Amino acid sequence: MRISLRVNGEAHEADVWEGESLLYVLRERLGYPGSKNACEQGECGSCSVMLDGDLVCACLVLAAQADGHDLVTVEGLAEDGRLHRVQEAFVAAGAVQCGFCTPGLVVAAADLLQRTADPSDDEIREALSGNLCRCTGYAKIFDAVRMAAQ
Amino acid sequence: MDVLTPRTLDEALRLKAERPDAVPIQGGTDVMVELNFDRARPPALLNLNEVAELRGWSKEDGRIRLGAGLTYTEAMQTPLPALAEASRTVGGPQIRNRGTIGGNLGTSSPAGDALPPLLVCGGQVRVGSVRGERTLPLEEFVTGVKRNALADDELILDVTVDAEPGRQTFLKVGPRNAMVISVVSLALRVDGELTASFGSAGPVPGLVRAPLDDAESFPEQVASAASPIDDVRGTAAYRRHALRVLTRRALERCLV
Repeated sequence: MRISLRVNGEAHEADVWEGESLLYVLRERLGYPGSKNACEQGECGSCSVMLDGDLVCACLVLAAQADGHDLVTVEGLAEDGRLHRVQEAFVAAGAVQCGFCTPGLVVAAADLLQRTADPSDDEIREALSGNLCRCTGYAKIFDAVRMAAQ
Repeated sequence: MDVLTPRTLDEALRLKAERPDAVPIQGGTDVMVELNFDRARPPALLNLNEVAELRGWSKEDGRIRLGAGLTYTEAMQTPLPALAEASRTVGGPQIRNRGTIGGNLGTSSPAGDALPPLLVCGGQVRVGSVRGERTLPLEEFVTGVKRNALADDELILDVTVDAEPGRQTFLKVGPRNAMVISVVSLALRVDGELTASFGSAGPVPGLVRAPLDDAESFPEQVASAASPIDDVRGTAAYRRHALRVLTRRALERCLV
C-alpha cells in the first residue's frame, strides 16, 4: 500500500508492506537512519520520534497509521545548519559513549524542554525513563539536559 | 494483510462486521510487538486512530466516560486518582502517549495496569457492533488470561466509572519505577466500604469488598482472594506477600 506523510517538513510517499512499522519506513524506505532500531518493542526508546507533536516509539506505530501525519525525527531538530541546543549540550557535556541511544535521548530531551523549560531532576528522570543507555550510567546525559535547559 | 482505516465509528463498526478477522489497533503498544516479532500475521488490521468518537473523556449522568482511545497520558489528567496513578506507572512517556485504556481492555492481560483502578470504580464496558450496543461490568468483560467477552464483530467503545471515587490509590511492584510489567498491582477505594482490586495475581484482575470495620483483616482477605502463579517476574508466595503489604500501605494512605 502507498502512504503519504511529512517528515521534518518534507512531503514523502512510500510503498509499504501493510504490517510494517513506521521505523522501518523511516530507516529503510525514506533514508532517515537517525532513529535507531534496537528492541522493536518500545522498551529502549532509541527510535523516539515526534508524531503530530507527541513523543512516540516509531517501532510501535504501524506505517499506515502515519499516513497523512507529521513527523519530526532527530534529523529534523537542527535548523539552518545549526544544531538544536540539546544536541549542542550533548556534545559539550560528552553525554555520548557508543552513541546508539543518543538520537532517541536527544529527541526525548527536546520534547521535555519544549513542555518544561526548567525541569527538576525528577522531571528529567521521568521524561527519559523510556530511553535506555547501556554505556554511560546517565550522569552526563542529565548534565547535558540541565545544560540545554539553561 | 489489509489495513482498514475508518474515519467514523459507524464505518469502523461496518468494517468490523465485514471483516471479523481484523485485529483492532489503536496505540500499537501490544499489537505492533506481535507484528515486529513475527508472532502474529492477522489477515487484516483495523486502524482506529482516525475515529474521533473513541477519543477523550467526559462527565455524563453522574458517571465519567473514558473513550476506548484515551491514552495513558490523557488518563493521568482525569479526576480518577487510582487510574491517574496507575497510568503514570505505565511504560515511559513514549508508551503513555500511544497506549490506550481500550487497548488495555482489549488485551485483557492479568497485568493490565488500568484494570484494577477501573474495577474499583465500578467500570462498565460499552461495546458496539452493527447489531447494536451492550454494556457489561468489567469483571464480566475479562473472562480469562488475555480473553474477554468481545464478539468477533464488536469493538470496545468506552468504559464508564463512578464520578464520586471516594479515596483511592494505586500501588505496584516491579524492578524499577518505569517500563515494568507489574509483578503485582493493587488499587484501593475507600468510601462507604473497602474495595480492592489486584493485578498479576490471578488469571483475571481480582475484586475484593469488605465493610469499613474490616480494615485490620483486609490485607489478609485480599491476599487470600488471589490465585497467583510462579513465573519469570515473581513467585506465587512473593506475590501473595506483596499483596498483603500493598493493601496495608494503601489502607494507610486512604484511611485518614
